[in-house]
Amino acid sequence: MSGHDHHHDHDNHFTPIEARVRALESLMVAKGYVDPAALDAIVETYETKIGPRNGARVVAKAWSDPDYAQRLKADGTAAVAELGYGGRGGEHIVACFNTPEEHNLIVCTLCSCYPWPVLGLPPVWYKSPPYRSRAVLDPRGVLADFGVTLPEGQRIRVWDSTAETRFIVVPLRPAGTQGWSEEALAAIVSRDAMIGTALPSAEARR
Amino acid sequence: MSRAEAGDPVFAEPWQAQIFALAVALQNRGVFSADEWAQALGAEIAGAAAAGGCDDGSDYYERCCEALEHLLIAKGLASHEGVDALAASWARAAEATPHGQPILLENDPERRRAGQAP
Repeated sequence: MSGHDHHHDHDNHFTPIEARVRALESLMVAKGYVDPAALDAIVETYETKIGPRNGARVVAKAWSDPDYAQRLKADGTAAVAELGYGGRGGEHIVACFNTPEEHNLIVCTLCSCYPWPVLGLPPVWYKSPPYRSRAVLDPRGVLADFGVTLPEGQRIRVWDSTAETRFIVVPLRPAGTQGWSEEALAAIVSRDAMIGTALPSAEARR
Repeated sequence: MSRAEAGDPVFAEPWQAQIFALAVALQNRGVFSADEWAQALGAEIAGAAAAGGCDDGSDYYERCCEALEHLLIAKGLASHEGVDALAASWARAAEATPHGQPILLENDPERRRAGQAP
Protein backbone atom coordinates (compact mmCIF):
# COMPACT_ATOMS: atom_id res chain seq x y z
CA MET A 1 0.00 0.00 0.00
CA SER A 2 1.39 3.37 -0.92
CA GLY A 3 -0.78 5.18 1.59
CA HIS A 4 -1.80 7.71 -1.04
CA ASP A 5 -5.53 7.89 -0.61
CA HIS A 6 -6.19 8.98 -4.19
CA HIS A 7 -5.05 5.56 -5.42
CA HIS A 8 -7.55 2.76 -5.54
CA ASP A 9 -6.65 -0.56 -4.01
CA HIS A 10 -7.29 -2.40 -7.26
CA ASP A 11 -5.13 -0.13 -9.39
CA ASN A 12 -2.65 -2.93 -9.83
CA HIS A 13 -5.06 -5.68 -10.70
CA PHE A 14 -6.93 -6.38 -13.91
CA THR A 15 -10.05 -8.50 -13.99
CA PRO A 16 -10.08 -10.99 -16.90
CA ILE A 17 -12.26 -8.70 -19.01
CA GLU A 18 -10.06 -5.68 -18.27
CA ALA A 19 -6.98 -7.62 -19.34
CA ARG A 20 -8.72 -8.84 -22.49
CA VAL A 21 -9.81 -5.35 -23.52
CA ARG A 22 -6.27 -4.08 -22.93
CA ALA A 23 -4.99 -6.95 -25.06
CA LEU A 24 -7.29 -6.16 -27.98
CA GLU A 25 -6.51 -2.47 -27.73
CA SER A 26 -2.74 -2.89 -27.55
CA LEU A 27 -2.84 -5.37 -30.44
CA MET A 28 -4.64 -2.87 -32.68
CA VAL A 29 -2.37 -0.03 -31.55
CA ALA A 30 0.71 -2.15 -32.28
CA LYS A 31 -0.61 -2.95 -35.76
CA GLY A 32 -1.20 0.75 -36.37
CA TYR A 33 -4.98 0.52 -36.78
CA VAL A 34 -5.80 2.82 -33.91
CA ASP A 35 -4.17 5.69 -32.11
CA PRO A 36 -4.60 5.79 -28.31
CA ALA A 37 -5.33 9.53 -28.48
CA ALA A 38 -8.19 8.85 -30.92
CA LEU A 39 -9.65 6.32 -28.47
CA ASP A 40 -9.55 8.87 -25.67
CA ALA A 41 -11.25 11.42 -27.90
CA ILE A 42 -14.04 8.98 -28.74
CA VAL A 43 -14.68 8.24 -25.05
CA GLU A 44 -14.68 11.91 -24.17
CA THR A 45 -17.12 12.70 -26.96
CA TYR A 46 -19.61 10.08 -25.85
CA GLU A 47 -19.25 10.92 -22.18
CA THR A 48 -19.62 14.67 -22.52
CA LYS A 49 -20.80 15.89 -25.92
CA ILE A 50 -23.29 13.40 -27.30
CA GLY A 51 -26.53 12.60 -25.56
CA PRO A 52 -30.30 12.88 -25.64
CA ARG A 53 -30.19 16.66 -25.14
CA ASN A 54 -29.15 16.82 -28.82
CA GLY A 55 -32.28 14.96 -29.87
CA ALA A 56 -34.42 17.09 -27.56
CA ARG A 57 -33.22 20.20 -29.39
CA VAL A 58 -34.16 18.59 -32.71
CA VAL A 59 -37.65 17.78 -31.43
CA ALA A 60 -38.13 21.25 -29.91
CA LYS A 61 -37.14 22.87 -33.17
CA ALA A 62 -39.51 20.64 -35.11
CA TRP A 63 -42.32 21.64 -32.73
CA SER A 64 -41.50 25.33 -33.10
CA ASP A 65 -40.70 25.59 -36.78
CA PRO A 66 -43.05 23.87 -39.28
CA ASP A 67 -40.54 24.31 -42.10
CA TYR A 68 -37.90 22.54 -40.06
CA ALA A 69 -40.38 19.78 -39.22
CA GLN A 70 -40.95 19.26 -42.94
CA ARG A 71 -37.23 19.05 -43.61
CA LEU A 72 -36.82 16.62 -40.70
CA LYS A 73 -39.59 14.46 -42.11
CA ALA A 74 -38.09 14.53 -45.60
CA ASP A 75 -34.45 13.91 -44.67
CA GLY A 76 -33.66 13.28 -41.02
CA THR A 77 -29.91 13.08 -41.52
CA ALA A 78 -29.72 16.48 -43.24
CA ALA A 79 -32.10 18.14 -40.77
CA VAL A 80 -30.17 17.02 -37.67
CA ALA A 81 -26.95 18.11 -39.41
CA GLU A 82 -28.41 21.64 -39.53
CA LEU A 83 -28.06 21.64 -35.74
CA GLY A 84 -24.53 20.28 -35.97
CA TYR A 85 -25.30 16.64 -35.18
CA GLY A 86 -24.06 13.73 -37.23
CA GLY A 87 -21.33 11.18 -37.70
CA ARG A 88 -20.92 7.58 -36.60
CA GLY A 89 -24.30 5.94 -35.91
CA GLY A 90 -26.14 8.76 -37.64
CA GLU A 91 -25.36 8.08 -41.28
CA HIS A 92 -29.05 7.62 -42.04
CA ILE A 93 -31.47 9.00 -39.46
CA VAL A 94 -35.21 8.71 -39.95
CA ALA A 95 -37.51 10.84 -37.79
CA CYS A 96 -40.76 9.07 -36.94
CA PHE A 97 -43.45 11.63 -36.13
CA ASN A 98 -46.14 10.55 -33.71
CA THR A 99 -49.66 11.43 -34.80
CA PRO A 100 -53.00 11.12 -33.01
CA GLU A 101 -53.51 7.95 -35.06
CA GLU A 102 -50.05 6.41 -34.70
CA HIS A 103 -47.44 6.13 -31.95
CA ASN A 104 -43.89 5.14 -32.87
CA LEU A 105 -41.56 2.89 -30.91
CA ILE A 106 -37.94 2.09 -31.73
CA VAL A 107 -35.99 -1.07 -31.03
CA CYS A 108 -33.03 -3.00 -32.37
CA THR A 109 -34.00 -6.64 -32.42
CA LEU A 110 -30.48 -7.72 -33.51
CA CYS A 111 -28.28 -5.90 -31.02
CA SER A 112 -28.35 -2.26 -29.97
CA CYS A 113 -28.39 -0.02 -33.07
CA TYR A 114 -29.41 3.44 -31.92
CA PRO A 115 -29.14 7.01 -33.32
CA TRP A 116 -25.99 7.97 -31.40
CA PRO A 117 -25.57 11.59 -32.61
CA VAL A 118 -29.02 12.58 -31.33
CA LEU A 119 -29.61 10.19 -28.41
CA GLY A 120 -26.13 9.20 -27.24
CA LEU A 121 -25.62 5.59 -26.21
CA PRO A 122 -28.67 3.46 -25.44
CA PRO A 123 -29.85 2.71 -21.91
CA VAL A 124 -29.21 -0.79 -20.60
CA TRP A 125 -32.85 -1.85 -20.91
CA TYR A 126 -32.82 -1.01 -24.64
CA LYS A 127 -30.14 -3.70 -25.02
CA SER A 128 -31.96 -6.30 -22.92
CA PRO A 129 -33.45 -9.41 -24.54
CA PRO A 130 -36.96 -8.83 -23.08
CA TYR A 131 -37.22 -5.35 -24.56
CA ARG A 132 -35.78 -6.42 -27.91
CA SER A 133 -38.31 -9.20 -28.33
CA ARG A 134 -41.36 -7.76 -26.58
CA ALA A 135 -41.21 -4.40 -28.35
CA VAL A 136 -42.17 -6.29 -31.48
CA LEU A 137 -44.48 -8.96 -30.04
CA ASP A 138 -46.28 -6.89 -27.42
CA PRO A 139 -45.54 -3.18 -27.79
CA ARG A 140 -48.61 -2.17 -25.80
CA GLY A 141 -47.44 -4.34 -22.92
CA VAL A 142 -43.98 -2.76 -23.10
CA LEU A 143 -45.50 0.71 -22.97
CA ALA A 144 -47.62 -0.35 -19.99
CA ASP A 145 -44.41 -1.39 -18.20
CA PHE A 146 -43.16 2.14 -18.76
CA GLY A 147 -46.41 3.55 -17.39
CA VAL A 148 -47.60 4.71 -20.79
CA THR A 149 -51.20 4.16 -21.83
CA LEU A 150 -52.08 5.35 -25.31
CA PRO A 151 -55.50 6.63 -26.27
CA GLU A 152 -57.71 3.87 -27.58
CA GLY A 153 -57.47 3.60 -31.32
CA GLN A 154 -53.91 4.95 -31.56
CA ARG A 155 -51.86 2.36 -33.43
CA ILE A 156 -48.29 1.50 -32.49
CA ARG A 157 -45.70 1.29 -35.22
CA VAL A 158 -42.45 -0.46 -34.27
CA TRP A 159 -39.26 0.49 -36.09
CA ASP A 160 -36.43 -2.05 -36.09
CA SER A 161 -33.12 -0.18 -36.25
CA THR A 162 -30.18 -1.47 -38.24
CA ALA A 163 -26.55 -0.51 -38.65
CA GLU A 164 -27.58 1.56 -41.67
CA THR A 165 -30.87 3.14 -40.62
CA ARG A 166 -31.63 4.48 -37.18
CA PHE A 167 -34.77 6.12 -35.91
CA ILE A 168 -35.78 8.90 -33.54
CA VAL A 169 -39.34 9.43 -32.41
CA VAL A 170 -40.76 12.95 -32.61
CA PRO A 171 -43.51 12.97 -29.97
CA LEU A 172 -46.66 15.04 -30.24
CA ARG A 173 -46.22 18.47 -28.71
CA PRO A 174 -48.11 18.37 -25.43
CA ALA A 175 -50.99 20.68 -24.63
CA GLY A 176 -50.23 23.68 -22.47
CA THR A 177 -46.93 24.55 -24.16
CA GLN A 178 -48.10 27.40 -26.40
CA GLY A 179 -45.61 30.20 -26.60
CA TRP A 180 -42.79 28.22 -24.99
CA SER A 181 -39.24 28.86 -26.17
CA GLU A 182 -37.30 26.08 -27.89
CA GLU A 183 -35.16 25.73 -24.77
CA ALA A 184 -38.22 25.30 -22.55
CA LEU A 185 -39.66 22.77 -24.98
CA ALA A 186 -36.38 20.82 -25.21
CA ALA A 187 -36.34 20.53 -21.41
CA ILE A 188 -39.50 18.41 -21.40
CA VAL A 189 -38.37 16.03 -24.17
CA SER A 190 -36.91 13.00 -22.45
CA ARG A 191 -34.69 10.34 -23.95
CA ASP A 192 -37.46 7.78 -23.53
CA ALA A 193 -39.95 10.02 -25.35
CA MET A 194 -37.61 9.88 -28.36
CA ILE A 195 -37.45 6.08 -28.12
CA GLY A 196 -41.23 5.97 -27.82
CA THR A 197 -41.45 4.57 -24.28
CA ALA A 198 -42.58 7.85 -22.71
CA LEU A 199 -44.75 10.83 -23.55
CA PRO A 200 -43.74 14.41 -22.87
CA SER A 201 -45.98 16.54 -20.74
CA ALA A 202 -46.07 20.24 -19.88
CA GLU A 203 -45.93 19.31 -16.18
CA ALA A 204 -42.39 17.99 -16.63
CA ARG A 205 -41.14 21.57 -16.78
CA ARG A 206 -39.10 22.38 -13.73
CA MET B 1 -37.25 12.65 -17.01
CA SER B 2 -37.99 8.99 -17.00
CA ARG B 3 -36.41 6.30 -14.91
CA ALA B 4 -32.66 5.85 -14.98
CA GLU B 5 -32.25 8.81 -17.26
CA ALA B 6 -30.77 11.47 -15.06
CA GLY B 7 -27.34 10.79 -13.67
CA ASP B 8 -26.83 7.49 -15.46
CA PRO B 9 -23.14 7.20 -16.27
CA VAL B 10 -22.57 6.50 -19.94
CA PHE B 11 -20.17 3.69 -19.08
CA ALA B 12 -20.31 1.74 -15.82
CA GLU B 13 -16.58 0.95 -15.89
CA PRO B 14 -13.60 2.28 -17.84
CA TRP B 15 -13.06 -0.97 -19.78
CA GLN B 16 -16.56 -0.60 -21.24
CA ALA B 17 -15.59 2.79 -22.62
CA GLN B 18 -12.34 1.31 -23.96
CA ILE B 19 -13.97 -1.55 -25.86
CA PHE B 20 -16.67 0.76 -27.21
CA ALA B 21 -14.10 3.32 -28.40
CA LEU B 22 -11.98 0.59 -29.96
CA ALA B 23 -14.92 -0.77 -31.95
CA VAL B 24 -15.83 2.75 -33.14
CA ALA B 25 -12.23 3.62 -34.03
CA LEU B 26 -11.83 0.44 -36.08
CA GLN B 27 -15.03 1.27 -37.99
CA ASN B 28 -13.79 4.81 -38.56
CA ARG B 29 -10.59 3.30 -39.90
CA GLY B 30 -12.53 0.97 -42.23
CA VAL B 31 -11.22 -2.23 -40.62
CA PHE B 32 -14.83 -3.42 -40.58
CA SER B 33 -18.17 -1.84 -41.44
CA ALA B 34 -21.00 -0.82 -39.14
CA ASP B 35 -23.05 -3.67 -40.55
CA GLU B 36 -20.29 -6.23 -39.94
CA TRP B 37 -20.09 -4.95 -36.37
CA ALA B 38 -23.86 -5.19 -35.85
CA GLN B 39 -23.92 -8.72 -37.25
CA ALA B 40 -20.99 -9.84 -35.09
CA LEU B 41 -22.47 -8.25 -31.98
CA GLY B 42 -25.93 -9.62 -32.72
CA ALA B 43 -24.47 -13.12 -33.05
CA GLU B 44 -22.75 -12.91 -29.65
CA ILE B 45 -25.88 -11.52 -28.00
CA ALA B 46 -28.08 -14.21 -29.54
CA GLY B 47 -25.58 -16.91 -28.56
CA ALA B 48 -25.44 -15.72 -24.95
CA ALA B 49 -29.24 -15.50 -24.78
CA ALA B 50 -29.58 -19.03 -26.20
CA ALA B 51 -27.10 -20.27 -23.59
CA GLY B 52 -29.33 -18.85 -20.85
CA GLY B 53 -27.29 -15.70 -20.28
CA CYS B 54 -28.51 -12.75 -18.31
CA ASP B 55 -31.72 -11.10 -19.32
CA ASP B 56 -31.24 -7.44 -18.48
CA GLY B 57 -28.69 -6.24 -21.02
CA SER B 58 -26.06 -5.69 -18.32
CA ASP B 59 -23.64 -8.08 -20.07
CA TYR B 60 -23.68 -5.96 -23.22
CA TYR B 61 -20.05 -4.86 -23.11
CA GLU B 62 -18.84 -8.41 -22.43
CA ARG B 63 -20.58 -9.34 -25.68
CA CYS B 64 -18.91 -6.38 -27.39
CA CYS B 65 -15.53 -7.71 -26.31
CA GLU B 66 -16.26 -11.18 -27.68
CA ALA B 67 -17.70 -9.77 -30.89
CA LEU B 68 -14.63 -7.66 -31.49
CA GLU B 69 -12.24 -10.51 -30.83
CA HIS B 70 -14.13 -12.86 -33.14
CA LEU B 71 -14.39 -10.23 -35.86
CA LEU B 72 -10.64 -9.54 -35.71
CA ILE B 73 -9.94 -13.28 -35.85
CA ALA B 74 -12.26 -13.62 -38.85
CA LYS B 75 -10.38 -10.76 -40.53
CA GLY B 76 -7.06 -12.49 -39.88
CA LEU B 77 -5.92 -9.65 -37.61
CA ALA B 78 -5.80 -11.64 -34.37
CA SER B 79 -5.76 -15.18 -33.05
CA HIS B 80 -7.50 -16.52 -29.98
CA GLU B 81 -4.19 -17.79 -28.59
CA GLY B 82 -2.51 -14.47 -29.31
CA VAL B 83 -5.18 -12.51 -27.48
CA ASP B 84 -5.03 -15.01 -24.58
CA ALA B 85 -1.29 -14.59 -24.27
CA LEU B 86 -1.46 -10.82 -24.52
CA ALA B 87 -4.25 -10.64 -21.91
CA ALA B 88 -2.20 -12.83 -19.55
CA SER B 89 0.76 -10.52 -20.10
CA TRP B 90 -1.36 -7.45 -19.27
CA ALA B 91 -2.65 -9.16 -16.11
CA ARG B 92 0.93 -9.88 -14.98
CA ALA B 93 1.97 -6.34 -15.89
CA ALA B 94 -0.82 -4.93 -13.72
CA GLU B 95 0.23 -7.02 -10.73
CA ALA B 96 3.85 -5.94 -11.18
CA THR B 97 3.10 -2.22 -11.46
CA PRO B 98 3.44 -0.19 -8.27
CA HIS B 99 0.44 1.79 -7.12
CA GLY B 100 0.00 5.11 -8.79
CA GLN B 101 2.12 4.33 -11.83
CA PRO B 102 0.69 3.72 -15.27
CA ILE B 103 0.29 0.04 -16.11
CA LEU B 104 2.50 -0.69 -19.10
CA LEU B 105 2.84 -3.96 -20.96
CA GLU B 106 6.60 -3.67 -20.46
CA ASN B 107 6.03 -4.13 -16.71
CA ASP B 108 5.18 -7.80 -17.27
CA PRO B 109 8.07 -9.65 -15.58
CA GLU B 110 8.01 -12.46 -18.14
CA ARG B 111 8.29 -9.96 -20.94
CA ARG B 112 11.26 -8.33 -19.18
CA ARG B 113 12.89 -11.72 -18.68
CA ALA B 114 12.43 -12.56 -22.32
CA GLY B 115 14.21 -9.35 -23.17
CA GLN B 116 11.21 -7.92 -24.96
CA ALA B 117 11.11 -4.76 -22.90
CA PRO B 118 12.54 -1.71 -24.58
